[in-house]
Amino acid sequence: MAHERPLLDPSPRPPATAEPAPPVASSFRFPSSRRSARSRASTDHISFAIDPASPKPSSAVRYGSRAESDRSGASQKEISDDDARLVFINDPEKTNERLDFAGNAIRTGKYSVLTFLPRNLFEQFHRVAYLYFLAIAILNQLPQLAVFGRGASILPLAFVLLVTAVKDAYEDFRRHRSDRIENSRLALALDNLSFVHKCWKDLRVGEVIKISANDTIPCDMVLLSTSDPTGVAYLQTINLDGESNLKTRYAKQETLSKTPDNGIPSISGVIRCEKPNRNIYGFQANMEIDGKRISLGPSNIILRGCELKNTSWAIGVVVYAGRETKVMLNSSGAPSKRSRLESHMNRETILLSFLLIILCSIVTFLAGFWLGHHKKELNSSPYFRKSNFGRDGDNYNYYGIGMEIFLTFLKSVIVFQIMIPISLYISMELVRLGQAYFMIRDSNLYDEASNSRFQCRALNINEDLGQIKYVFSDKTGTLTENKMEFQCASIRGVDYSGEKVTVGEYSIKVGDQVWRPKMNIKTDPELLGLLRGGRESERRKYACDFLLALAACNTIVPLVVDTTDPKLKLVDYQGESPDEQALVYAAASYGFVLVERTSGHIVIDVLGDRQRFDVLGLHEFDSDRKRMSVIIGCPDKTVKLFVKGADSSMFGVIDKSRNMDVVRATESHLHSYSSIGLRTLVVGMRELNSSEFEEWQSAYEKASTALFGRASLLRTVAANIETNLQLLGASGIEDKLQDGVPEAIESLRQANIKVWVLTGDKQETAISIGYSCKLLTNEMTQIIINSHSKESCRKSLLDAFTMSTKISAMASNAQNSVGDAGSNKVPLALIIDGTSLVYILETELEEELFKVATICDVVLCCRVAPLQKAGIVALIKNRTDDMTLAIGDGANDVSMIQMADVGIGISGQEGRQAVMASDFAMGQFRFLVPLLLVHGHWNYQRMAYMILYNFYRNAVFVFTLFWYVLYTAFSLTTAVTEWSSVLYSVIYTALPTIIIGILDKDLSRKTLMKYPQLYGAGQREERYNLWMFIFTMLDTIWQSAAIFFIPLLAYRHSTVDISGIGDLWTLAVVILVNLHLGMDVFRWNWLTHVSIWGCIVATAICVIIIDCIPILPGYWAIFEMMKQGLFWFCLLGIIIAALIPRFVVKAFMEYFKPSDIQVAREMEKYGSLNEVAANTVREIPMTSFANANQRIP
Amino acid sequence: MMNSNGASSSASDGGGRDSNPPKRNSKKPKYSRFTQQELPACKPILTPGIVILTFAVIGVIFFIPIGLASLSASEHRYDLDCIPKELRNDKLGFIQSGQTNKTCTRSVVVPRYMKSPVFIYYELDNFYQNHRRYVKSRSDKQLRSKKYEQDTSTCAPESTSADGSPIVPCGLIAWSLFNDTYSFSLNNEPLVVNKKNIAWGSDKYRKFGSDVYPKNFQSGQLIGGAKLNASIPLSEQEDLIVWMRTAALSTFRKLYGRIEEDLQQNQRITVVIENNYNTYSFGGKKKLVLSTTSWIGGKNDFLGVAYLTVGGLCLFLALVFILLYLFKPRTLGDPSYLSWNRNAPGYSN
Repeated sequence: MAHERPLLDPSPRPPATAEPAPPVASSFRFPSSRRSARSRASTDHISFAIDPASPKPSSAVRYGSRAESDRSGASQKEISDDDARLVFINDPEKTNERLDFAGNAIRTGKYSVLTFLPRNLFEQFHRVAYLYFLAIAILNQLPQLAVFGRGASILPLAFVLLVTAVKDAYEDFRRHRSDRIENSRLALALDNLSFVHKCWKDLRVGEVIKISANDTIPCDMVLLSTSDPTGVAYLQTINLDGESNLKTRYAKQETLSKTPDNGIPSISGVIRCEKPNRNIYGFQANMEIDGKRISLGPSNIILRGCELKNTSWAIGVVVYAGRETKVMLNSSGAPSKRSRLESHMNRETILLSFLLIILCSIVTFLAGFWLGHHKKELNSSPYFRKSNFGRDGDNYNYYGIGMEIFLTFLKSVIVFQIMIPISLYISMELVRLGQAYFMIRDSNLYDEASNSRFQCRALNINEDLGQIKYVFSDKTGTLTENKMEFQCASIRGVDYSGEKVTVGEYSIKVGDQVWRPKMNIKTDPELLGLLRGGRESERRKYACDFLLALAACNTIVPLVVDTTDPKLKLVDYQGESPDEQALVYAAASYGFVLVERTSGHIVIDVLGDRQRFDVLGLHEFDSDRKRMSVIIGCPDKTVKLFVKGADSSMFGVIDKSRNMDVVRATESHLHSYSSIGLRTLVVGMRELNSSEFEEWQSAYEKASTALFGRASLLRTVAANIETNLQLLGASGIEDKLQDGVPEAIESLRQANIKVWVLTGDKQETAISIGYSCKLLTNEMTQIIINSHSKESCRKSLLDAFTMSTKISAMASNAQNSVGDAGSNKVPLALIIDGTSLVYILETELEEELFKVATICDVVLCCRVAPLQKAGIVALIKNRTDDMTLAIGDGANDVSMIQMADVGIGISGQEGRQAVMASDFAMGQFRFLVPLLLVHGHWNYQRMAYMILYNFYRNAVFVFTLFWYVLYTAFSLTTAVTEWSSVLYSVIYTALPTIIIGILDKDLSRKTLMKYPQLYGAGQREERYNLWMFIFTMLDTIWQSAAIFFIPLLAYRHSTVDISGIGDLWTLAVVILVNLHLGMDVFRWNWLTHVSIWGCIVATAICVIIIDCIPILPGYWAIFEMMKQGLFWFCLLGIIIAALIPRFVVKAFMEYFKPSDIQVAREMEKYGSLNEVAANTVREIPMTSFANANQRIP
Repeated sequence: MMNSNGASSSASDGGGRDSNPPKRNSKKPKYSRFTQQELPACKPILTPGIVILTFAVIGVIFFIPIGLASLSASEHRYDLDCIPKELRNDKLGFIQSGQTNKTCTRSVVVPRYMKSPVFIYYELDNFYQNHRRYVKSRSDKQLRSKKYEQDTSTCAPESTSADGSPIVPCGLIAWSLFNDTYSFSLNNEPLVVNKKNIAWGSDKYRKFGSDVYPKNFQSGQLIGGAKLNASIPLSEQEDLIVWMRTAALSTFRKLYGRIEEDLQQNQRITVVIENNYNTYSFGGKKKLVLSTTSWIGGKNDFLGVAYLTVGGLCLFLALVFILLYLFKPRTLGDPSYLSWNRNAPGYSN
């Protein structure tokens, strides 16, 4: 919804869907169903009067236009009393007596003080791993199983839960605080004849509220009256849908005079409206007032969160409040996604659980064997003492061999529990937080133009950015700036697109003030000369009509803005369609300045002569007709119909019998415009005679007051009048390419990322933009599929497939014969349009399309509907494991953004819908390159290493425990103190991995940008895969063996006690895993040093502190150990022996089988990079990028 | 080697591009080396030089402990020999009987010159002092202070006497206190065995209370081991303190005392052993060990061997890498090794 470009859409973009609906099967198949997607909210009011000079309010007809028809027909029904909510105007008591409607207080906080604990815990335990740890902790509470102290066993889980809870609590606290601020804002509410200040939270449904200019609207209200005598109010909806332009809303004529400001003390009436829903573009209600029943539509309601602009006050009655307002109903977050790495990680977690079970089974089996073998001795061994002799031969803590075996199994699970690293989950969250911090703070991702930083909206898929293989991009607003600029005009077959010059700034005089359009465009001197020349001629007349059509046939609202110079005012055109804005600015530059628009008339300064035109009727744009029209009563009492729309629809309604050559000339101009990437539009007009006009008027009035099917009736009326048009001409609007787009696409291509462009534009426009952004090149073989039936689709797909295989076969032949690799491949481009996709998506042809599309290097889809965009993303996502990324800026990209693995919103011209649905948001398309190539690469590399390292770290510890269990008659004694076991993954080893996970960089930004190919590491999953996991685990076994057996052999036959050797093992494990990490660190900065060495020192301190507690058995053991040289020799021996295999493999691989990353690191360090870099572009320059004209021959 | 790299180049492009702050409320992130991830850092790379040097250095260092293996020790197993031949079929009966004479005299030949102090250890085998049931069966609080005399909850099955009063010291560990005794004589001259300060000072002064006296100890039906003199506080019962340091492994030594006299090679020492302790029920061996010690610890062959092995391996690896680097050299940082360049014409590998 972000984008309703109302009336004209030169090359109509697909209709924006109102909500990010999931793809509905039928919507792909029947083009007609698309029409229902379009919803329109604003500017649908027309005041219509016979006598244009003095419109009588009574004869005015207002209607809430199409929007209601669009909500899937629901609005066609009369609201039954069961479904309705009754609002008694200015009588909140009565309104609220029967049903308790929600008050206006909002609560976005999830928890209250009381519910925080249970609800937060409930949510946290959705993570299966937590349940596992909870189960273990509970097991440990059983006296027979108590391996750890009870407190110690709960601690890790409690710690993790606590950290998350604190985080959640803080977020919730912030929400509560903002709620409080929001709730205590003041509004003016009617209370016994006068307006008094009331807190927002105290407002109730049924109350009458007064809003002043620039106030935020506190709840959803039906407008009753405004400061404008015709009841117009202008709204800024930036908080709702992000559009900064003004929307118009209307109060009903019937209520205009009934508000306190008009001296009438009170107003009463009943509004019957639909139940609260989240559709911000739909509203269905009727109002009974003075015994009359008036229907209300979306143009009569103003929604919470919007701001009143350009209207000094507005009065309305609250219909939805608080959580029932549309903005609150819409504020749900994006669906959560899970990163690829994390799902792989889960696979390894399961493997580790198997390993855990195997270890436990070994221990259990051996314990059972031992018990069986020593059965007779159990009672007499002093260390077992099965019987409790004091108590008549009871067994002490012994339940028979079977039970002992079972308990041993459970105990071993408890002892080895940290095989599944609980801290990994919390570390990952912290690391992602840190990574997000750096992405947000990266000045390379800051967009100066929109003053927007990078936004991380989803915190759990950072690392997916490093594995993307497909990028699906929207065109308008994403590749292009969506700043439309009028370029060419073709008027009655004459092309005015020659050299453009700036002839000062056109301005008009109003009294003693000078008004000037905010933007001036370069004008064509020939056309300007024709207009200014003043000689009456056929050509001039047509040119005037053409420009008048541009200035009048739209929904633009001119705003007169003060400047610092009191004599100078700027005319700013506000409207919902950038195309229309461009056209009106163009008309203004040629001397047709739209200066005023009210509900009934417009004022246009025609070449210095201020003229008033009455707007008699307006047929909005819809995606069926693909055109809009306006009926204007001119000052010379003629009535003219102006129509503008897409060429395809316009040529159907143009009277071709006259001036066939004009039509042909225009068609050829249109073709050349669109071939240079311009958005084209055809303008036509007809003068209506009085009988035609009256016929239309009665039909129009009937249709606009109809209760049922109003939209389709209006559409019929429009279709009836929009016929036999006289062709005025055509316009070409340039959609400027964003900065750095071609370079960005080139980088992505080098990084082996396939870029697919999905656009609503026409094929010719799409192809030309494709050329200008270097997506398409001249060497490419284009496969174009435009089919209108399933059969022809199938055929063209099969043809395309055979052709593409043939071409690639030829390429490989050529390659073999010449012996020259790779570069020789003929690149293929697939261009397919929305109509063909209708027959392909969700049918068996999908498979064919998939085959063809994956062979092609570039895929360009034109004229696709929003749901088709999602369908194309799904085509790849469901058939391959490749990661997909969708980038777009408009509401029509929402479905695609949510479908893709990673969704990126451009926070630019269009609304915020895409940003709201996205995982990441940024200002420019070109930021994709640093985002993927630099941050994505780093994030992936860091996260992959961190996961692997966490598995390794905990497994080494578990294996060390395991080896010892084998020497304790399998009784699961741990030499490492229980506190060290608990602190191991929390304090001893946690910080370095987090710091490394946030900060370590394998390669510098410079290198990664220079060699996009390095991105391949993530695509090939080089940093985390099953083999790396297995090798790491083998290394783990070796390292743990070194840790365990060196002291074991060194201290056998000695007086060493459990605690002493346990301390040695503890220190050895911690030092080893930290050094292991240190060995893999790419960049040692001071934080790395502090964390790694700090952790080792912290561990030593902790071990010493634990050994300073006299009531623990290990009192002073560490000091006694350290007295002996043996301890130090063991420590050194362990570290060296444990790290040798890894070091050897690493040294060997890095030198003899270097990965790309390794080579690039060496290049970074040994300077060869700088030599090469001297003659290549290092970073994408900030220069504005060429417009399409330059590259067309 | 490790170069420190200041990442200076990127510092300039971060700051240079827009040095003029456009708006006051610009959201442009402030430049800092930290936020732009440009902290100065050192980037170690494993060059052939570093690899070879590392192995060589380790190899050399690990040959150092070669000179340390100069300690001497003499071990003497007596658990079988100290049972009269006729009773060897029923070792358990022998040891459990109160009637049998458990004194046994053995002689030990000093293998090498032993400088005083010569440490006397007893070594038990197959005794799982690290068994979970055993390790947990103690009350450190009770040992430490009279206040916690009643604190025997963790001591089962040796927590209270039959009448319910607490056993001090409670628990299986104390209960199974070793009770063989040795007396030594050299040429019929008794050798003085110093049994003072055989326990850690920390244990004596801070872990075992000087106001805690043995109570109800070994008063049950089953006697586990030594009895304690109820008039001596636990902090003075050094044999108990040593015993309570539960051994890490099932074969362990515990300090019995010191002979503060040098022993000459081939001297024959006569040892009179009171063979009281029952290791026969679980098949454990008993050994008497005389050993000297140094700063490194007791006599230990493994470490020397291990160090030599590792050192040798490292020197070997250094050699291997030297050869590899000689026969298959590669220029570090040569872009032609990048995978997308490797397939390009001109590079066969």
